[in-house]
Amino acid sequence: MLKDWFGKSKYVTVKKGEKEDTKEPEDKREEKQKQKEDDQLWTKCKECEEIIFNKKLAQNLMVCPKCGYHFRLTALDRLSITVDENSFEEFAEDVDTGDPLDFPGYQDKLEKAKRENTINEAVITGEAAIEEYPIVIAVMDFYFMGGSMGSAVGEKITRAVEKSHTSEKPLVIFSTAGGARMQEGMLSLMQMAKTSAAVRRLHEKGILFISVLTDPTSGGVTASYASLGDIILAEQGALIAFAGPRVIKQTISKKLPEGFQRAEFLLEHGMVDRVVERKNIRDNLASILKIHRTGEEF
Amino acid sequence: MDENKLLDFEKPLLELNKKIEELESFMKEKNIDLSSEIKRLEKRAENVREEIYNNLEPWQILKIARHPERPLTLDYIDQITDEFIEFKGDRRFGNDQALVGGIGLIEDIPVTILGHQKGKDTKVNINRNFGMAHPEGYRKAMRLMRQAEKFGRPVVNLINTPGAYPGIGAEKRGQAEAIATNLMEMSGLKTPIIVIITGEGGSGGALGIGLGDRIMMMEFSYYSVSSPEACAAILWKNSDQAEEAAAALKLTAPDLMELGVIDKIIPEPAGGAHKDQKKAAEILKSEIITAVKELSELSEEQMLEQRYSKFRDMGEHIIKPDQGKIRENLIDEDRKEDDQSLKRENIQSK
Ligand SMILES: [Zn+2]
Repeated sequence: MLKDWFGKSKYVTVKKGEKEDTKEPEDKREEKQKQKEDDQLWTKCKECEEIIFNKKLAQNLMVCPKCGYHFRLTALDRLSITVDENSFEEFAEDVDTGDPLDFPGYQDKLEKAKRENTINEAVITGEAAIEEYPIVIAVMDFYFMGGSMGSAVGEKITRAVEKSHTSEKPLVIFSTAGGARMQEGMLSLMQMAKTSAAVRRLHEKGILFISVLTDPTSGGVTASYASLGDIILAEQGALIAFAGPRVIKQTISKKLPEGFQRAEFLLEHGMVDRVVERKNIRDNLASILKIHRTGEEF
Repeated sequence: MDENKLLDFEKPLLELNKKIEELESFMKEKNIDLSSEIKRLEKRAENVREEIYNNLEPWQILKIARHPERPLTLDYIDQITDEFIEFKGDRRFGNDQALVGGIGLIEDIPVTILGHQKGKDTKVNINRNFGMAHPEGYRKAMRLMRQAEKFGRPVVNLINTPGAYPGIGAEKRGQAEAIATNLMEMSGLKTPIIVIITGEGGSGGALGIGLGDRIMMMEFSYYSVSSPEACAAILWKNSDQAEEAAAALKLTAPDLMELGVIDKIIPEPAGGAHKDQKKAAEILKSEIITAVKELSELSEEQMLEQRYSKFRDMGEHIIKPDQGKIRENLIDEDRKEDDQSLKRENIQSK
């Protein structure tokens, strides 16, 4: 079972270069260095500061056993706990990133991200099955340049939508994104239009699209396909936003309310169908697929 | 000429303009004919302006796009329509003053016109939220576009916004959902959509009414995934590098023409649209009429197909056939090698 692999995967320690592309401050470098040495054995929970042995954390699907904090997953780990064993067949793996704007430093950052991650871009796409229900699946990866959507990510997502359209298999997209791939300028922004237009055709054909929002999903991804699912699930505690909290704080110069832009906040305001714990997402998807199929055959 | 309204790179003009004014008053005072000298200087000023405006840096174009005197959406609407009536509200939450819309006649063509609306002074700008729309603005736009579809009216969208508003209410009411829905619906709207970026094309807030059959930019407008200031702050941790970012982002009309993001550049009067608003509006109007006529020759099916492929083709990726697929056994092999280290985020700030 794929689940058995979880946590034994070839994880790489988060390195500096990767974080530069997220919109987060970098004031914890020293702490990072110190932590690196202990990395192999234990992890400190970001939320409750509990020291958790890595083995235990992995067994618990990277969720803090004490407070329930959901650590961010790589796309491969997400896949491994979501789809049936041996069911994943990747497509669009040959779609790679160019440097259309000749943007200063982009090539280096890309190379670094490729070196540090098992995958080649911030999303993987393929056909798979959940409890034997066939699906098309795309999983984004925050560890690859902050999950930012450039041309290649937009192209792969669009191909996933198109694959779902032609194969008539339901589409499941796990989103996570820190924002636009700024190094691709307007071509990056246009991926919002491209993917949304493709999703419209999917809806028109009557194909199910389940969007799963994971921590964090923000910017152009939220303002395009991630918000266009027939059903939108949000992983517990996930930050889901159009504008990130830092930008909003800067704009309004006020303290943000408790729990603002968290999955539970979105549920309260009617923006998502369900908030789901990590361990229940696969079952939730299976249930939806099962009921959906029954409806078709009725 | 009011010296305060000159942009810094226009300063060479200042001297000349002063001289012209001096001569004019001297001529009146002393009753001497200096008109040929004045004409000569005026000609020179024109040349200097042309020289400046033919060699603008992206950062300077951005400044013109943000110029406080630049014509706004309602100015253009006033100039290009014979009759216009504004409609308000999204029928859900409220009326967004930062995004206006209604129906009007351009010559004899009935159209639905939408656009971001800024203000020319602080008070109006505050009322208009500096042209930064909330979800209700995008939902009003969608409502009016559906209405246009029902009655077969072409839609004309005038974009001029620094971006969608990043605030608590906007997030609460689903800014992302509003923009996403617009993009999806506009891609299939069964009536022509003509989009013109007239000033600032700020990211998702611009794109929220920016999907259409013809995407045009006025000569001194910009369209960008992020403000250069924010881009520099995020990528280089230094907002002082905004000028560099403006160049790197390729946000000018010629750059975006080359990247295939826009279809046409609409020329502006010498020195920018604010120097001759009437002429700018005339040019805009004729471009809109041309576009409407071109699009009316297409069948609905052709139009939607062309709209879809226009955006389907946007972006530039490369194909690398030898990248190798991710397979479970491959992952398995990798994992056997190194089953200790966990990818960790505990050290990363939240
Ligand atoms: Zn905890």
